[in-house]
Amino acid sequence: MSLLTPDPGLLFWMLIAFGAVFFVLAKFGFPIIVKMVEERKAYIDQSLEAAKEANEHLKGIREEGEQILSEVRDERAQILKEANEIRTKIVNSAKEQAHVEAGKIMDDALKNIEKEKALAVHDIRNQVAALAIDIAEKILRKNLENKSAQQELVDRLIAESQLN
Amino acid sequence: MTSFLILLFFFLSFPLFANEESHEEKPELNVRELILDHVSDGYGWHVTGFGHKPVSIPLPIIVKGRESGWHVFSSARFHHGHAEYKGFYIAQDGTYKGKIVEKIASQARNDRDFNEADYEVVRPWDFSITKNAASLLLSSIVLVCLILYCANWYKKRQGKPEAASPKGFIAFVEMIIMNVVNDVIKPCIGKNYKRYTPYLLTVFFFIIFNNLLGLIPVFPGGANVTGNIAITSVLALFTFVIVNSFGTKEYWKEIFWPDVPAWLKVPIPIMPAIELVGVFTKPFALMIRLFANILAGHAIVLGLTCMVFLTVSLGAAMNTGMSLLAVIMAIFIDCVELLVAYIQAYVFTMLSAVFIGLSQVEAHHTKKEQTI
Repeated sequence: MSLLTPDPGLLFWMLIAFGAVFFVLAKFGFPIIVKMVEERKAYIDQSLEAAKEANEHLKGIREEGEQILSEVRDERAQILKEANEIRTKIVNSAKEQAHVEAGKIMDDALKNIEKEKALAVHDIRNQVAALAIDIAEKILRKNLENKSAQQELVDRLIAESQLN
Repeated sequence: MTSFLILLFFFLSFPLFANEESHEEKPELNVRELILDHVSDGYGWHVTGFGHKPVSIPLPIIVKGRESGWHVFSSARFHHGHAEYKGFYIAQDGTYKGKIVEKIASQARNDRDFNEADYEVVRPWDFSITKNAASLLLSSIVLVCLILYCANWYKKRQGKPEAASPKGFIAFVEMIIMNVVNDVIKPCIGKNYKRYTPYLLTVFFFIIFNNLLGLIPVFPGGANVTGNIAITSVLALFTFVIVNSFGTKEYWKEIFWPDVPAWLKVPIPIMPAIELVGVFTKPFALMIRLFANILAGHAIVLGLTCMVFLTVSLGAAMNTGMSLLAVIMAIFIDCVELLVAYIQAYVFTMLSAVFIGLSQVEAHHTKKEQTI
């Protein structure tokens, strides 16, 4: 039965040994380890939370970026469209202007031609008149070489003027 | 396997030792004696035997004689129990078998029992560092060093939780600690668990460390520390003190004035008596469970090992076969014992936690308020 009766000597040593182990480990051992592990756990949780938040944030930024990009794309298309329109307008107006200008130039040219023509016609008329006078003079000189013819003419002229 | 061979060698020395005493007689192996001798405490730490000479480490004997006062000397003085020193010797039989006893010359006794020898045998105050005590002190120091080593690692990284993720041994210890904290202590105690965590962790590591050390058959291990009732009784005592000294008012009320029909309480306090007995049986069960489990494990391994020597007389073929069987069985049981070492530490911790949790009960009406 000695197995079932605790030996006082061993009891004494066990009390001392276990008490000492308990004291030392409860003061300097386990609380530090458990505290640190819990701190680390809290840190990890916090980090995960932060990572999740950052991820969401990133997602927002990406969406925003995409939105901006699509807006820019639209704007570009609009600008291009507008530019195209303006170009067409400019070309058209230029064409019109050119047309008008060309018409004006043509008109001017025609007027000039008309003027020149009139001038030329006038000149020709003058020349023709001079020529006709010359010829008439020559003819008259020839016809009025005798005195009778001259008298006859003067008479006729006077008659004519009297009649008038 | 090597450890087992050493174990074999360890036991081989015993029949030879017995042979030395009874020269011509056929060596008779007393299995019961052998097992009891190994699972109980001793004054020297038997290591091995060379031929007919047992090799053991002498341990300090600290005794206080009834008249001669304190004595401190080496257990080697007893020459393995054969010699007497300063009136002290190890009793070979009787009530104090295997313990140190003191011979005191007694006149008074001599007057009456004149045909008896003129001395009486008493048990002195014995604070010797026995095999178990030595193993206990050794394992305590190693355990404290191991845990402080781990704690120191964390201490260096205090305030830097990002750097405090250990590898290897420390990570292993951390895994065990956190497993005990999260799976045993937290669910069993409840919200006040932080206060009791250091105690329960100490208990767990103390028991599992000594259990595992006891399974090693060679020198630093092999002592049946947690299979000794003195050890388990102190552990149970600590749990008992902690459970009852931190018990709430409600806990004591439930013991002395439980919610049962009044006739169960007055005039004969049946329920309070039962509850009060329960207060003591809980730690008592803890004590017996650990003690019996570890003791049984040691006894089974020793018994199986003895089979090798018991079957020698049955012839070479039988002996070989039985030895092989015994070795295989012993290896199997050793593996089971590894499991038991963990389970018993776990169970002791868990039940301590449960008892502490039960002593933390709150008054029923506050509980109802909480649920509403």
